Amino acid sequence: MQKAYKKYFWLFVLPTLAAFTLFFIIPFIMGIVLSFCKFTTVTNATWVGIRNYQRAFSNRDFIDSLLFTAKFTIVSVITVNVFAFILAYALTRGIKGTNLFRTVFFMPNLIGGIVLGYIWQLLINGVLARFGVTITTDAKYGFWGLVILMNWQLIGYMMIIYIAGIQNIPTELVEAAKIDGATRLQTLFKVTIPMVMPSVTICLFLTLTNSFKLFDQNLALTAGGPGKQTAMMALDIYTTFYNRNGWEGVGQAKAVMFFILVGILALSQLYFTRSKEVEN
Amino acid sequence: MKMKKFLAMTMAMAMVAGLATGCGSSSEGGSSEGGATQGSEAASSGEQGSVYYLNFKPEVAEVWESIAKQYTEETGVDVKIKTAASGQYEQTLKSEIAKKDAPTLFQINGPQGYANWKDYTMDLKDTDLYSMLLDPELAITDGEGVYGIPYIEEGYGIIYNAEIMDKYFAMDGAKVKSVDEINNFDTLKAVVEDMTAKKADLGIDGVFSSTSFAPGEDWRWQTHLLNLPIHYEYEAKGVTDEAEITFDYNENFKNIFDLYINNSVTEPAMVGSKSVDDSMAEFALGKSAMVQNGNWAWGQISAVEGNTVKEDKIKFMPIYTGMEGEETQGICIGTENYLCVNTEASDADKQASLDFMKWVFSSDEGKDIVTNQLGFITPFNTFSEEESPSDPLAKEVIRYMGDSKLTSVSWDFQTFPSQTFKDNLGAALLQYSTGSEDWTQVVEDTIADWKVEKEATAE
Repeated sequence: MQKAYKKYFWLFVLPTLAAFTLFFIIPFIMGIVLSFCKFTTVTNATWVGIRNYQRAFSNRDFIDSLLFTAKFTIVSVITVNVFAFILAYALTRGIKGTNLFRTVFFMPNLIGGIVLGYIWQLLINGVLARFGVTITTDAKYGFWGLVILMNWQLIGYMMIIYIAGIQNIPTELVEAAKIDGATRLQTLFKVTIPMVMPSVTICLFLTLTNSFKLFDQNLALTAGGPGKQTAMMALDIYTTFYNRNGWEGVGQAKAVMFFILVGILALSQLYFTRSKEVEN
Repeated sequence: MKMKKFLAMTMAMAMVAGLATGCGSSSEGGSSEGGATQGSEAASSGEQGSVYYLNFKPEVAEVWESIAKQYTEETGVDVKIKTAASGQYEQTLKSEIAKKDAPTLFQINGPQGYANWKDYTMDLKDTDLYSMLLDPELAITDGEGVYGIPYIEEGYGIIYNAEIMDKYFAMDGAKVKSVDEINNFDTLKAVVEDMTAKKADLGIDGVFSSTSFAPGEDWRWQTHLLNLPIHYEYEAKGVTDEAEITFDYNENFKNIFDLYINNSVTEPAMVGSKSVDDSMAEFALGKSAMVQNGNWAWGQISAVEGNTVKEDKIKFMPIYTGMEGEETQGICIGTENYLCVNTEASDADKQASLDFMKWVFSSDEGKDIVTNQLGFITPFNTFSEEESPSDPLAKEVIRYMGDSKLTSVSWDFQTFPSQTFKDNLGAALLQYSTGSEDWTQVVEDTIADWKVEKEATAE
């Protein structure tokens, strides 16, 4: 039987492999090649070498968006995870209506980014109107608007992961801590948190990459306004690609650099938090 | 065992095949016509071409679909129409044209668009469509070749509600007694400011509709309004395009822009949340007396629920900016819709596309739909004077085009460097409206940005 499996290995792997090659590997390689080309459509490109990469840094847009994205990511990764953990902790205490709360907190995650962006734009503008300003009056409104939006959307999802992590903690550990006379806070910091480190790894990874790659919400909420002050990297790539004739290749070059950056960040974060995980 | 092997093989093949077809149909995107595929197959076998038109105007998407159906019924030629979502034309075209079943007919927005798409535009010099043009100079040419043919003429200016204006003129102490007397900026300013002072009596919230500056909603200012100072600058220098602008008439731009934001339904600080739809709705509901927009806006105004603007009371007024001799200035008339034929299409498809457009703009059935359903003012000699749209704003455009005493302002914004330039200006104007940037800064940035963007897109 074992032999038969081996024999058919390629046959069974083929459909997935074909799909993966067709829809991921080929476009990916094409994308990298195109970043060295000048093109209007993907089928009609001429090689220009590293010119696109030079042009990507010919103005401050890319660096500005990188700084804004970094700032946004730091703030939202911290807030999302802190709030999500607090909620998860509270909702594993056996409060009445736990399931209802969990559902309610999870629901925002089911709404698409563009829709959320427009809804929050209306909400935030409605509130700001009382003070005679709008979300695009100053970059700080857009920044905090994005943070609030991101929190609202991601907390529920991260909360579910944390809940799963907390529920997986063996009860004997908690009981042992109790018998040894640990306070609640001590149990939290010495038992619960170390035990949910695998969840932390996942949640940090998800929030980090999601915040870094944020696009829909950014486009719908502020579209980068005022000016390009709240444009994150994905949005900057998009506007570079579409809003200037002949700059498609530059957008592509930025996208390749963006990919490498996200890759490095995500991998180093994984490596770092993995080392903190406790063997179960 | 043999049987099993065979079965497994077949299953795997079926799965792969399923994948392949799945990919095929998903790449078709939003196209609704199943017939189109058959059409292109027929074309490749050399029998008869088919047409695939990528339409720019979502507001008339359904009309184009019915034209396509009618044409297919009459001639048997397959016509596929696909409409790009508002503001998504370039994006859609970029992805559509790279496909095997690419559009045979598409459109570009002027010289800038031509620069981007010249690898795909066919020379139309010897076509009937080109010979039908009233003024061949309107077409987009490059050397000897003709690459884009305009199919519509549009105009924009200040749209006003004559009912509210008449109410004002009837008041004691009105600055003027009729719209005809408003023929320069000073008079316009005096009237507008007086109307603002009396807005409670006039029953309006502001003279002008909101100066919309929500993301993507600022084209009326960064494109249409900026056209005037740039037009006058080109005229003064005797050029049609510039690598660097001096923005000599920035004060004129400021004149009218200040008038808009200071006499508006919306506070200057709050314009960042307003969209064009908001603006048009305010006008339709009688909350404002004037709004800057083009003749395409009638559809939008009349579609607003509770619209109070009567068809015979909606008129155009030129945009006065305080230029010398502007008493004879008309509204801004031009086009940014040029038809192109995809040079990479098969010969049969090219011919079919040309025949289709010729039919639309010269046959009796086609012309009837163009004037009465599409509501286009066309630049073709095949249309008689009676064959013009009945839409009140289109009528106004025709009236201004026919007025020999007035000079229309051409659409020079076709030469604006890039969308990025426009977006940057829009952002600067918003900052200026909310008071966080002063005018000198706006002017300096605009001049610098023009140069940067012209250089950036020249390469």
